[in-house]
Amino acid sequence: MSRLSLTDLKHLRRAKDLIDRDYASALDISEMARSAFMSPAHFSRSFREAYGETPYSYLMTRRIERAKSFLRHGMSVTDACVAVGCTSLGSFSSRFHELVGVSPTRYRGGDHQEVEAIPSCVRMLATRPRRYADIAARSA
Amino acid sequence: MSLTLANTFILIDDPETALGFYRDALGLEVRMDVSNEGFRWVTVGAPGQDVSIVLSQPHGGRTQVEGDEILSLVTRGSFQAAIFKTDDLEGTFERVKASGADILEVPTDQPWGVRDCAVRDPSGNLVRIQAAK
Repeated sequence: MSRLSLTDLKHLRRAKDLIDRDYASALDISEMARSAFMSPAHFSRSFREAYGETPYSYLMTRRIERAKSFLRHGMSVTDACVAVGCTSLGSFSSRFHELVGVSPTRYRGGDHQEVEAIPSCVRMLATRPRRYADIAARSA
Repeated sequence: MSLTLANTFILIDDPETALGFYRDALGLEVRMDVSNEGFRWVTVGAPGQDVSIVLSQPHGGRTQVEGDEILSLVTRGSFQAAIFKTDDLEGTFERVKASGADILEVPTDQPWGVRDCAVRDPSGNLVRIQAAK
């Protein structure tokens, strides 16, 4: 159980909401930490304690989730990368592969009929990438 | 036979601040407000709709550990409370914003065909408000 106070959790939630809202802008740790009224180091540690991943990792997960949606709708890999706020195609692609299990190009070329049948407000949550290792561990 | 929804529950940390949101900002009517052994049983509902929302405290009827864990999750923003529908989305949004609620999304035409906004209630629950068509 978390040792963080309810006030800390409330501030961390605000930072997480900031990431969810502004994932496509050039968010950095100090800006996220400011929104939680914490120093960057304390913020990163606390965020991880509350949500199980670092703020940067959460930001990238959020970006890859949106990128998956753009790719399903036929956007190019380069455009999807830019649209979600990533500045390096290389790190975008490697993070995508790490989270989704296939490259962005291969994901874009896949069959998405089933997932497109889900209402998109639900789909956004249902297709939110989890750490690939977690999924592998769960289905093992 | 017929079956309808009578009551549903939203977990909140404090009845008074919750009322500031659900009653004062959203405009729901208070139907019951009963205090009992440190807990308050408060229900609200939309005028004209026979469904009551119980503004429920995490520790009510639960052990301390359960209550603490639930409250921690609520505060972290883990739960979605409700989707409301209104014929005045813009006005409702302005009232909610003026109440000091955290805004997640301003009124937006969504790709799935509705116009809605997303906010947090004072406890941290996600609440969406959509425009009635």
